Amino acid sequence: MAQPTLKIEDLHVSIEGKEIVKGFSLEIKGGEIHAVMGPNGTGKSTLASALMGHPKYEITGGKVTFDGQDLLEMEVDERARAGLFLAMQYPSEISGVTNADFLRTAINARRGEGNEIPVMQFIKKLDEKMKLLDIDEEFANRYLNEGFSGGEKKRNEILQLMMLEPKIAILDEIDSGLDIDALKIVAKGVNAMRSPEFGCLIITHYQRLLNYIKPDKVHVMMQGRIVKSGGPELAERLEAEGYDGLKKELGIEDDEVVEQEA
Amino acid sequence: MATETKGLHYDASYIEKFSSSRGEPAWFTEMRKQALALAEELPLPQPEKTRIIGWNFTEFEHELESKAVDSLNDLPEYIHRLIGKEEQAGNLLLIHNGRLAYQSLSDDLKSKGVIFTDLETALREHGDLVKKYYFAKAAKLDANKLTALNAALVNSGLFLYVPKNVEIEVPLQTVFWQDHPDAGLINHVIVVADDNSSITYVENYLSTEHEGSQVANIITEVYVGDNATVRFGGVDQFTKDVTTYINRRSYVGANGRLEWALGQMNDGNTLSETFTSLVGDGGVTDMKAVSIGHGEQRQNFENRIHHFGRNTESDMLIHGVQLDKAQSIFNAITKIEHGASKSDGEQTQRVLMLSEGARGDANPILLIDENDVIAGHAASVGRIDPIHLYYLMSRGISRKDAERLIVHGFLNPVVSQLPIEGVKDQLTEVIEGKVK
Repeated sequence: MAQPTLKIEDLHVSIEGKEIVKGFSLEIKGGEIHAVMGPNGTGKSTLASALMGHPKYEITGGKVTFDGQDLLEMEVDERARAGLFLAMQYPSEISGVTNADFLRTAINARRGEGNEIPVMQFIKKLDEKMKLLDIDEEFANRYLNEGFSGGEKKRNEILQLMMLEPKIAILDEIDSGLDIDALKIVAKGVNAMRSPEFGCLIITHYQRLLNYIKPDKVHVMMQGRIVKSGGPELAERLEAEGYDGLKKELGIEDDEVVEQEA
Repeated sequence: MATETKGLHYDASYIEKFSSSRGEPAWFTEMRKQALALAEELPLPQPEKTRIIGWNFTEFEHELESKAVDSLNDLPEYIHRLIGKEEQAGNLLLIHNGRLAYQSLSDDLKSKGVIFTDLETALREHGDLVKKYYFAKAAKLDANKLTALNAALVNSGLFLYVPKNVEIEVPLQTVFWQDHPDAGLINHVIVVADDNSSITYVENYLSTEHEGSQVANIITEVYVGDNATVRFGGVDQFTKDVTTYINRRSYVGANGRLEWALGQMNDGNTLSETFTSLVGDGGVTDMKAVSIGHGEQRQNFENRIHHFGRNTESDMLIHGVQLDKAQSIFNAITKIEHGASKSDGEQTQRVLMLSEGARGDANPILLIDENDVIAGHAASVGRIDPIHLYYLMSRGISRKDAERLIVHGFLNPVVSQLPIEGVKDQLTEVIEGKVK
């Protein structure tokens, strides 16, 4: 399999007429793990949602290609079938649809008609991944995210990631609301995905998650764009100094951009 | 076919002849004749917000050819599948064009005194017992033109009786199968669970002729004795050319429990009433019904629960999907009578609109004549949440498949409750067929 590439160039995104992402550029390749960090309200989640094709967000400028194809021209489901995955901060609850039925439908959507995954193979894979993520068996027969705790929802996002095996995954604040044990499990799932055919963009507010998933590159996002990039040491510095130190260094005034919930 | 419902084509002498050809008891023949006179006089039911003027309730073939089935393997595949596993087929009635075509009841249930047979046979063999429940406490013969017409012309039916203290684990199933293009199914179902008994009953209505002018006029009476439990599952699946009047009514005794799980999947115009009367103290009903309207279909669903006894509880969940240019009215009425203190009545109606041209109305009605009660209602008519679609699509599922998943989930409360796998699968398939 070829090494996947997600290339974002000078992306601008608005919601309800207000520009949130203002010229964001980044290239993510298979085998790489990037972390985008930043204070609340700087457009991190907006970026993630816009890349997936969330209906509320409007792309007002820039270019995104996925393995050379124009990502922004694709429907949401086409982006997913091309190999993009977004672990969402606020996954929907779908009543009456079991986790297992949903996962099988999603896997088969990628495999295409006539090439459906054999039921036994599906069950085996599901069991294996659920075990790795320390998820109870009855999980498979519960309705999709309905009545799930915050931690269960996050774990379910990672279960989907592992079942669907995308080429590039974006994890939108996958660490929010997780205790340290759950965080370790989620990290274990993501680390198990590591390979030259898999690239990952981790969006997080805190450095904590990066103790468990070692990023290759760390980028700081403020005011809708990347203001500084570096290695893992950048995350450690932010942990020690907070964002204010960096703001001062870069001469950035506080802005009033409000993070939108997806 | 639009036809005025004025003159009926039947007179007293026809009724007498028909009744005697079936060897019915005198009281039954007499009731038919009285009902015929009433059917000429009484008005049609007047459903809220649905015009039924012009619906065909009276033009049909009354006497149809029917044939017995020796082996279930001789049945068409779509019927065979419904029946499911062999152990379930142990307790099965197949009614073909109104007449008994196949019957089985396990020796165990026979020895316990369970009666499970067609109405015609029941009238001959257990006439007095039938008389006790036929148009008795649950249904009224003179409610309107269609109830009277049902009594006058009944040509099909079922009688299920479970004696006191008999608890039955396995489901009993009836399949009503029509395959005549102008069939008139005038059907009367009686399900009786005497005190301290329990039963699971599942019925399937199925018509398989598409070109004609058919009528289904169905009255069901369910009697739940003191401390008895009835789980009633039904899947209605009449074709487009069938005009359906279906009136399911029940009478629940003290500490009795009645669970409805209805999949109302007709393709033709349908007037449906489901009525539960919680008469004894401590009676409980849980009612779930789902439906899909499509094409140019007109449907009216009136679901009604009356609390008479103290400490009675009801929970109603109605989910409907509207496609194409379908129009459906959902009226849910929870009535708590004076004296029914400490009762609790809850109702939820949700209508999911999948097309611009469809119409759906959900009208929640609470009528409370007692102070010391709890009652609540929720009703909504809306479209699929675009964020839900986005979530499913973000996993690679196409918009169409995502919608289908959401619709299946929306109708799942009834599907998951049906006790026979074959019926469950069939309902899922019907839903699939309508949504595709």
